[in-house]
Amino acid sequence: MFGPEQGHFALALACILALTQFILPLWGAARQDRRMLALAPLLAVSQLIALALSFFCLVWSATHDDFSVQNVAANSAIAKPLLYKITGTWGNHEGSILLWALILGVCGAAVAAFGRNLPAILRARVLAILGGVSAGFQAFCLLTSDPFARVWPAPPDGQGMNPLLQDPGLAFHPPILYTGYVGFAVPFAFAVAALIEGRVDAAWGRWVRPWAVAAWCFLTCGIALGSWWSYYVLGWGGYWFWDPVENASLIPWLTGTALVHSAIVVEKREALKIWTVLLAIATFSFSLSGTFLVRSGILNSVHAFANDPARGIFILGLLAVVIGGSLLLFAWRAPSLVAGGMFAPLSREGSLVLNNILLCSICAVVVTGTMYPPFAQLLFGRTISVGKPFFDATTIPLTLPLLGAMAFGTMLPWKRAQMSPLLHRLRIAGLLAVVALGVACWTLSGPLPILCAVGAVWVIGASVTDLTGRLGVSRLSLAHSWARARSLPRSAFGAALAHIGAGVTVLGLCGMSQAQHAIVDVKVGQTETLAGYEWTLLDVRDAQGPNYRAMIADIAIRRHGHLVTVLHPSKRDFSSQHQTTTEVAIRTNLLADLYGVIGDRHGTGADTTYVLRLHYNPLAPWMWLGGLIMAIGGGLSLSDRRLRVGAPKKAASIRAEATS
Amino acid sequence: MTALPVATAGALGLGFWRMLGGMSSGGFDPHAVNAPILDRSLPDFTLPGLPGQGDGFDSATLRAQKEPVLLNFFASWCIPCVAEMPALRDIGRKLPIWGIAYKDKPEDAARFTARDGSPFARVAADRSGMAAIDWGVTGVPETFLILPGGRIAWHGTAELTDDTFRHEIQPRLQALR
Repeated sequence: MFGPEQGHFALALACILALTQFILPLWGAARQDRRMLALAPLLAVSQLIALALSFFCLVWSATHDDFSVQNVAANSAIAKPLLYKITGTWGNHEGSILLWALILGVCGAAVAAFGRNLPAILRARVLAILGGVSAGFQAFCLLTSDPFARVWPAPPDGQGMNPLLQDPGLAFHPPILYTGYVGFAVPFAFAVAALIEGRVDAAWGRWVRPWAVAAWCFLTCGIALGSWWSYYVLGWGGYWFWDPVENASLIPWLTGTALVHSAIVVEKREALKIWTVLLAIATFSFSLSGTFLVRSGILNSVHAFANDPARGIFILGLLAVVIGGSLLLFAWRAPSLVAGGMFAPLSREGSLVLNNILLCSICAVVVTGTMYPPFAQLLFGRTISVGKPFFDATTIPLTLPLLGAMAFGTMLPWKRAQMSPLLHRLRIAGLLAVVALGVACWTLSGPLPILCAVGAVWVIGASVTDLTGRLGVSRLSLAHSWARARSLPRSAFGAALAHIGAGVTVLGLCGMSQAQHAIVDVKVGQTETLAGYEWTLLDVRDAQGPNYRAMIADIAIRRHGHLVTVLHPSKRDFSSQHQTTTEVAIRTNLLADLYGVIGDRHGTGADTTYVLRLHYNPLAPWMWLGGLIMAIGGGLSLSDRRLRVGAPKKAASIRAEATS
Repeated sequence: MTALPVATAGALGLGFWRMLGGMSSGGFDPHAVNAPILDRSLPDFTLPGLPGQGDGFDSATLRAQKEPVLLNFFASWCIPCVAEMPALRDIGRKLPIWGIAYKDKPEDAARFTARDGSPFARVAADRSGMAAIDWGVTGVPETFLILPGGRIAWHGTAELTDDTFRHEIQPRLQALR
């Protein structure tokens, strides 16, 4: 019923449906044919059903140990826990492309379902563009990366999965990250549809923004989750390595963040239209090319995927059609988009323009740093690597003014603002920043961490005072403030929360810049001192796991003689896969992480020593907590139904439900 | 102005296309490493030996060799180095291999090379890792092919296998004859 052949067939069916979804609605829109336009949502939903069936078949094959399927034989095994049999389906190239296509299908169906209030022609065009992109990726999946390819004779057992991937954090990192990447296909489709139509107005901004915000939330969570995973699984004590794969996710995040902000200007003031359309195209283009560069092996990364130049050529062709086509359309049609309202430099629009300039500059720097090595090699024949020193030296100076401007952007009125009321509203944040400067000079070393910490406190302070100012907490009674809070748009809370989240993340990064670590070679019973803690190796024991042998250490940590905690880091030897993994032990109190890793064993008998890596990471959890707060802020503004056309009806019905 | 994005994307796409072409023909390798001393004379150094395994060697001795030599940087704490030992023993029968123990305690390194029979004709210890910096070593194991007179003809940055020997090193030796 759900075998690989059915899955393969369903995928081929989905590809045909997607192609139809690309052609018929565009034709219908050109001929103003209502019946053809009405087909678009229907096709989007049926394409999703076919894709879901196909994906389910792959999961079914994996959970039923059908090793005649090449993909399952290479990545699964009978002994693997059920959860990882399921998540393992997207832990490899073929399965992840199918997941990609599935999420794109979900986006199309979501536009079909939630886009009822869109004009029929615009909706049909948006769905057609999504269908076209879908068809391309499904063809890629079918022709070069077939997840249902068979192997004969079928092996009795599979080869198992990379033990590093047997982790819940990594199991759910790709779907969330891909939802972020793929989600930006919707703003992209809106941008292309608007270019075909030759019209971008406030309503367009209002329609496109929720989709961009939703994708942005997922991308933010995905990046944070990936960074957290590398922190607690790889055991290197780091959280961001400026690896090309990490940069490939950061680049669309930066342009996506810019998009989320510039779309506000389109929505409220009908300005920055051409720029916003370009950002929408660029963000999805960066998402696509990031995936391409990683899969083709052009970028030298620690994240290895099986490289196949034939695949690379196919994806490059696909990118040429999708990105090249949309940018050509942009070059042709964008000049006809009429510019909108005027504004003074000191205004809400002005601050959003500044935000866009800074975010895009950071993006340009990251793109340059990531692309320079392969192009230097291609053009000058020189191999070089661009690493942390370059990125730190270039991105931090651009982040500082961004933090500075973030604080007052939300306080400025549209069109034209006055300096003195602004300064008055910023006085508390300024005071906090001065206090933070004192504290930072006392606790942090190095000018950049200190400046960043001050900037972060300034942003958090301003966001909180902006919110309390709007609620009138200091002037009005509690009941009045509460009433104001209920009538204040949720997007205002969302924006403040997202900015606070950014500040929290930056504080975490500042804290981590002061991290201390030591690599020691010790005997059992020996004590080392790090960051004011005494770390004692109490014991090392051996243990047997389901498919590995483990060496577990007990490390007692004392401060001033009092026992703080005992860490149990371990090292697992998966003999069947010739691989060892380290299981980091982390003890956190949310202000700092105590982080222990056990390495190699040296010597024998009484001379046996163990290599330990000990880290003291101040404020480490804040980095990911901030990411979560940012995403929650985005989600909150997404729930603000008042901002959408046709929403009052729904909001009214929700209120009716709440009161009944 | 609005044509600028498509022009940039086109230029980048062309570059990617040429990279992909180079990758399949072998002319472009994104995993290539910086090898500033390739095709130059080997850098100067003098290193002590390991306990019980000779007196070490220096750059002058290496330059004075009449036959090509493989120079292998290794360490007892490095897993790929353990893995490449059998291959080194095989290759060592065809071509002398000299070893340098990188950032390793001399006793540990001596125990490591002696465990199943040393593949190295001569061995020295670079305890501080200073000599390795001059050689442009980025990690262990790394191997260099040194021609008579001290010219460095090849630099490998992964564990040495029989495959690498046949495809990378032997053609260079044959070109010499």
